[in-house]
Amino acid sequence: MTANVVTLAIAHLRISLLAVALGTLAAAPLALWAVGRPRVERAVLAVASVVQTIPGLALLAAMVPALAALGAALHAPVPAIGELPAVLALSIYAVLPVLRGCVLGLTTVDPAAVEAADAVGMTRGQRLRKVEIPLALPHVMGGLRTATVWTVGTATLATPVGATSLGELIFGGLQTRRYHDVLVGCVASAALAVTLDGLLRLAESRASSRRGRAVALGALAALVAWAVIDTAARALTSDAEAVRIGAKPFTEQRVLAAVLARVVERKGAHAEVKTSLGTTVAFDALVHGELDLYVEYVGTVWTTMMGRTDMPRDGGAVRAQVDAWLGTHGVVVAARLGFENAYALVVRADTPYRRVSDLGAGEALSLAADYEFLSRPEWASLQSVYGVRFRSRRPMDPSLLYQAVATGAVDVATGYTTDARIETLHLRALADDRHAIPPYDALVLGSAAFLRAHPSIAAALRALDGTIDDAKMRAASALVDRDGKAPEVAAMALDPGTGKGSP
Amino acid sequence: MTAAALSGRPIVFEGMSVLRNGRTVLDRIDLAIDAGELLVVAGPSGGGKTTLLKSINRLVAPSSGTITIGGRDAATIPLVELRRSVGYCFQALGLFPHMTVAENVGIGLRLAGASPEEEAARVDALLERVSLGPRDFRQRMPATLSGGQGQRVAVARALATRPPVLLLDEPFAALDPETRASIQKELLAVVAEEGPTTVFVSHDVGEALRLGDRIAIVHGGSLLRVDTPAAIVRAPGDPRIAALIAPARESARVISALVGP
Repeated sequence: MTANVVTLAIAHLRISLLAVALGTLAAAPLALWAVGRPRVERAVLAVASVVQTIPGLALLAAMVPALAALGAALHAPVPAIGELPAVLALSIYAVLPVLRGCVLGLTTVDPAAVEAADAVGMTRGQRLRKVEIPLALPHVMGGLRTATVWTVGTATLATPVGATSLGELIFGGLQTRRYHDVLVGCVASAALAVTLDGLLRLAESRASSRRGRAVALGALAALVAWAVIDTAARALTSDAEAVRIGAKPFTEQRVLAAVLARVVERKGAHAEVKTSLGTTVAFDALVHGELDLYVEYVGTVWTTMMGRTDMPRDGGAVRAQVDAWLGTHGVVVAARLGFENAYALVVRADTPYRRVSDLGAGEALSLAADYEFLSRPEWASLQSVYGVRFRSRRPMDPSLLYQAVATGAVDVATGYTTDARIETLHLRALADDRHAIPPYDALVLGSAAFLRAHPSIAAALRALDGTIDDAKMRAASALVDRDGKAPEVAAMALDPGTGKGSP
Repeated sequence: MTAAALSGRPIVFEGMSVLRNGRTVLDRIDLAIDAGELLVVAGPSGGGKTTLLKSINRLVAPSSGTITIGGRDAATIPLVELRRSVGYCFQALGLFPHMTVAENVGIGLRLAGASPEEEAARVDALLERVSLGPRDFRQRMPATLSGGQGQRVAVARALATRPPVLLLDEPFAALDPETRASIQKELLAVVAEEGPTTVFVSHDVGEALRLGDRIAIVHGGSLLRVDTPAAIVRAPGDPRIAALIAPARESARVISALVGP
């Protein structure tokens, strides 16, 4: 992991604070409107509760197409990935606890105090400021504290929509099997939550001294002010000219994004890499002009984006249809890198099997597969094309599959053809000699508009065509996974331009 | 705000009715309360006493008829101005739990824009006057006060702006009988000194007879009679009034029998 934990924690804190502040700004007037109108109150709380039941990741991911649609409707450039969807989704999440706290607080104010406020001649506003809000405050602060802790926790899920947060350590760590990073990310996020909660408790508590409260309140106000100012400053100074490169959350993608960044920067442009994007998030961002480049695989476009379940034996036909379909979405294949990262059946290198057809029906062999494989069209295709059945089939966590084959616990496992562990654990990916699995050629996808506008970058990317084969890709990933090198270092080995120009 | 308001103002009800959810709570009340008078509104619970009281500072809006205060139609006085010129103290007290005793007493002065020095002086004088030494009680929170102390703070708060009208809605009802009698006597003496026109609601007719300059008997939404305690006891007239004062009469009879002829 290249970005250090402090940088990530600061970004995490910033989006969390913005989200809580926005959520509170939305919840407070809603609460004031709802209190005293029982039907409105019920409706508002019901809507907020339903929103709360949407899983955090789904709400965050849903923001991306929602913002893209908004941008299209307004004919305005609304950023659909990055901090905006993250902060918006998180603030929607923060609304309910704050709203509930406000409503509960305002409705439980002693009616005698309210009557007394009226009787001493307070205006509606004075009654609210001097009596109702102060008396509602313990509940409001309780809601605010809940919202803060939730938001800081949920902000780790902001990574797949392209916002920088501690989630990068967690997602990246899980994907590249650096459990130390995962732990650091979790602990740092928990520490942030506990610290903010402590400040809020100090600011609210009658038990703390006046001075302690003032210090805590001042610290919170300063933090929120910093979050707002820093974000505004970033928005104003944002590098509009930067070429935006996406990466999905696994090692190979990070290395390839770094390769693309090198190519782009050699052409004098500035590159900005957004890591750990979800597959559909990255593709949608490319279509909507939020990303300029990222690496995708033919089979993924075929099954996930195009929604195809048929597996034509003719790889060329699949490639052609994929290219045509991409074209209708304003996406161009900027380069075909030359390797495939396909689903493959993996065996130990010391077995005689080289091709899937060598397995026969595989009646004496056991298979371990990742959770989704056995329900994917690729498996149905393998069965019908090769007639493989296997003696036993069991689903297993993807991170354990290679180990399971290497130790002999199973004979065959599903894997990805370019996974570095195939080499390091002395395994072999069987060749799909009858083309049961669609091609998973790695493609550099670019937005058509971007490539038209930057012909020299387009030409430089074209030069990547066929330069990276399976073995080179595996070796580069192994530099990261096995040797702990940064993806940028591994990228040097893959970049055909290394040593040829100023980097 | 200071000297000018020292004397109370007359309050006149003319044909005032209050309807709530189509039900008549008060029916065509005609009542003239003299400046500086202590009028006790007595009668059974649910008869409309509190509604009568609250219609004066428009915590309840009259449905028809008028109320004039010092010759001014109360309906035309801006609400906030009206309420700031009417002290109000009720059984639940309504002390602001997040404010100190001094802040509670001074709230009306602050709303009226008094300077902190003015406020502090008036608050201290009032606390002294209701026997809560300012040094000990200024900074206390309402939750730490006894029932009787709370009543004293509530009365001090109602008097703080020297209102020409003071409304007391059974402010002592929650106290035990002995404390109640002594606090009542003491606080009403403070009220008399300040001199506002005072309307005091009580469901206890014995108490009404003891305290009021005059008594207004409200029963089932109607004003049955307004007269001095002596006149009412001598000739109740209406059998409903006779029934109301019967318990007081009975205890007086028992006591005089015990004391002997």
